[in-house]
Amino acid sequence: MTITFTLNDRSVTVDVEPSTLVSELLRDTLELTGTHVGCDTSQCGACVIHLNGESVKSCTLLAGSVDGQELRTVEGLAGGTDDLHPMQVAFRDNHGLQCGFCTPGMLMSSIDLVNRNPDPTEEEVREWLEGNICRCTGYQNIVKSVIAGAQALRDASRGDDHA
Amino acid sequence: MPEVVGVGASPKRKEDLRFVTGHGNYVADIKRPNMSFGVFLRSPHAHALIRSIDTSEALEQPGVKAVFTGEDMKADNVGGLPVGWGISGKDGNPMKEPPHPPIALGKVRYVGDAVAFVVAETVEQAEAAAELIEVDYETLPHVVGAVEALQPGAPQIYDEVPGNLCCDWDLGDCAAVDAAFETATHVTSIDLVNQRLVGNPMEPRAAIGEYDAANGQHTLWTTSQFPHVVRLLMGEMVLGIPQHKLRVVAPDVGGGFGVKQFHYAEEAVVTWAATKLGGAVKWVCQRSEGFISDAHGRDHVTQAELALDTDGKFLAMRVRTYANMGGYLSTFGPNIPTNLYAPLLSGVYVIPSIYCEVKVVFTNTVPVDAYRGAGRPEATFVVERLVDTAALEMGIDKFEIRKRNMIPTESYPYQTPVLVEYDSGDPLGCLERSMELADVAGFAERRSASEANGKYRGLGVSTYVEACGLAPSRLAGQLGARGGLYESANVRVHPSGAVTVLIGTHNHGQGHETTFAQIVSERLGVPFENIDIVFGDTDKVQFGMGTYGSRSLVVGGSALNKASDKIILKGRKIAAHQFEAALEDVIFEKGEFSVSGTDKKKSFPEIAGAAYVPFDFPLETLEPGLEEQAFYDPVNFTYPGGAHICEVEIDPDTGVVRLDRYTAVDDVGTIINPMIVEGQLQGGIVQGVGQALFEHGVYDEQSGQLLSGSFMDYCMPRADNFPDFTIKPHSTTCTHTPMGVKGCGECGTIGSPAAVINAVVDALRPLGVSHVDMPASPNRIWNIINNSGARAAAE
Ligand code: FES
Ligand code: FES
Repeated sequence: MTITFTLNDRSVTVDVEPSTLVSELLRDTLELTGTHVGCDTSQCGACVIHLNGESVKSCTLLAGSVDGQELRTVEGLAGGTDDLHPMQVAFRDNHGLQCGFCTPGMLMSSIDLVNRNPDPTEEEVREWLEGNICRCTGYQNIVKSVIAGAQALRDASRGDDHA
Repeated sequence: MPEVVGVGASPKRKEDLRFVTGHGNYVADIKRPNMSFGVFLRSPHAHALIRSIDTSEALEQPGVKAVFTGEDMKADNVGGLPVGWGISGKDGNPMKEPPHPPIALGKVRYVGDAVAFVVAETVEQAEAAAELIEVDYETLPHVVGAVEALQPGAPQIYDEVPGNLCCDWDLGDCAAVDAAFETATHVTSIDLVNQRLVGNPMEPRAAIGEYDAANGQHTLWTTSQFPHVVRLLMGEMVLGIPQHKLRVVAPDVGGGFGVKQFHYAEEAVVTWAATKLGGAVKWVCQRSEGFISDAHGRDHVTQAELALDTDGKFLAMRVRTYANMGGYLSTFGPNIPTNLYAPLLSGVYVIPSIYCEVKVVFTNTVPVDAYRGAGRPEATFVVERLVDTAALEMGIDKFEIRKRNMIPTESYPYQTPVLVEYDSGDPLGCLERSMELADVAGFAERRSASEANGKYRGLGVSTYVEACGLAPSRLAGQLGARGGLYESANVRVHPSGAVTVLIGTHNHGQGHETTFAQIVSERLGVPFENIDIVFGDTDKVQFGMGTYGSRSLVVGGSALNKASDKIILKGRKIAAHQFEAALEDVIFEKGEFSVSGTDKKKSFPEIAGAAYVPFDFPLETLEPGLEEQAFYDPVNFTYPGGAHICEVEIDPDTGVVRLDRYTAVDDVGTIINPMIVEGQLQGGIVQGVGQALFEHGVYDEQSGQLLSGSFMDYCMPRADNFPDFTIKPHSTTCTHTPMGVKGCGECGTIGSPAAVINAVVDALRPLGVSHVDMPASPNRIWNIINNSGARAAAE
């Protein structure tokens, strides 16, 4: 089948098998390999992307179901390497990553959290990220990054209000 | 303004920009021209003869290019996977080392053993075809536990290994230990299980083989911690490809933890298949496949005894361990429960004599090899559980018994009775600092508060020491290593003064691109941003032994430091020529060459530029160019150590153990980048706590299946399982590494399991509990509480 959807603000039309997973579509067909696959039981969260602004595990999403929808992947967060999303900056500033494999999923999940809850507590961050496994960092610096990213986003929106 | 960022700073990591923007380059991300896809058919049986394999139907499926079996590889003279470290038994005989074919030949020895490899145009086609391969198995009785495998009448896994005993190994003075036990006032005995773990780096393994017939050139992209070693082992010993015709690339790798420091069958199979078929062949491991094909870790059963005198002073220790090797020997398998285990049994204590015997045993399980800590967490667990139990039995405070027996700081260098000599350390300093930070004094109050809420609270401590910085080649050679364990670094100074470093270690999360750049920035005065670190490609990097055993900074960083010395010397020679001064008078400081006592000076970039414009060089004595290489072989292991204290709270209604507070004080020697060191400790502690509370690779004795074979059943530590930790360094300087570094990658994993279990036992002590096996899962704890009668009494 042919599907058309918005991916990182651009319209994309592709031919896919309806049973293709979105994680495969992104990685294999569209060559956006920032979305990672870390398991085959929807447990790890390495594959998290945004569907209409909300985080979803792309390894459980069928390509046929995203026709007409809006997707965003980690590649669609930054304007450029010197125009990073505040959450990307926060992860970098707070050593919120080591090998980087879980990082795209962590970023996408964290941004969804902060969209819903602009000022999360440490406990809320830890609970929200329960579905994202990181084997390297021990999570402490990821939590610190998310809190810092949330703060930066609040500061930015306050700036916007004043402007 | 570009700046020097040197030792002790915590700059943002160089590698992070590509990772946070989704532009990492992992093996699974790589596409090659003319690439086909392979999948493995794996054994569903723990132990079976292969009577026949019928591939005819699979071969007829659309898109299928080939189906290979072990016989096909054998017919092509493909060798077995080699073992990199051999050991010898008590009787002086070498270990039993049966062949390990990349695809099973005639017999399968564990669930997951590869039986065939299908290559097709797409993964889906290969998967569909694999299902049509007919394997006629004759199942055999199997055995999954090391102790059981040694029983008379146990199923025999190899004809040539009677009783499944790979090696009966020992270390220490048995007679002296026996004599000391005779004189003891008190003997503490414990039985421990150090359970099997599955390392599970978040990036599953993957490999792409490629063959360029026109140039006779083979390439392998692989998720490896040591590409040069794979080139050596696979090229020379398995496939017979000369080193200069084989390129091995390990690009960005998503975590290793030991799991990726072995030469795996799949690497050889894709490389060989690509040679047969032309083009590239790609294999990407599924997570559930990784559970039954990645080498596992730990799996010890141990009996240990400690002899003490009336004052609670340690007299001697006796340890017997059964170590499970699985169905084949993995690359370093036999070395882990022997050479990396028994030499650490002295811990940070004075123990006059120690004897350890290890029975290294084949079973019908996935091969077992190094996993973060590798032998040293197992040793620490034995020592610290023994010490805690002895304290309890003799009525001595757990901190007091440790202090009483610790190696005094002034006794360093300290020769243990088990081979190793610790060069430096301050265990008492670490312990006292950790007690202060953990507010041990306030524990009684916190315990009462928990009790008032119907919860049990316990406090546990563990000290540790590890041998890392693998490894002094001479010593390793005496212990059976089949290769050297030095490291190499090449410092290439460009005419602009910018620097490219080519180094043989491998970065898969440790931040080498940052830390190594800091070393060069400090030594050469070159701005941090003008330095790039290259690793992971045998066509670019001269040689290297890779990354494991907390060796990268210790051995690789020292090689880099040594190469920097050579650059400075060469720069001084060029400067001496330019200044028309004597070499002895030219000094290099803060990025500037100058002549002492004069105002003549030139910057590092000026001398770098001059090196490449040698119009007036005296060519007999001064070569053009500014590039130097060094190999560094350490003279001893390094011995990081420390003290970890944790507090747990247990809910008797659910059996859940909640980690409430965790304090770590670690001696890692000189710290180059404090942010990265702390990150390594945080991650290491979570892995160690994972072992203590959650993780368990469980085999079903009846079926021989791995029961915890996915993230649904194997409990990985998650964000909401932890509080923030308090982590502080308490460093002494390593006396033999040039920068005083000791390494930090494994500390967290080594110190934490015993600290947590000691805390759990402390919490349940009112119920008469003196030991809890790992993992202290809710089910296990709930049962302990409910069988103790405490519930009945309370209700
Ligand atoms: S890949 Fe693991 S949850 Fe999607
Ligand atoms: S940074 Fe490696 S898995 Fe999270």
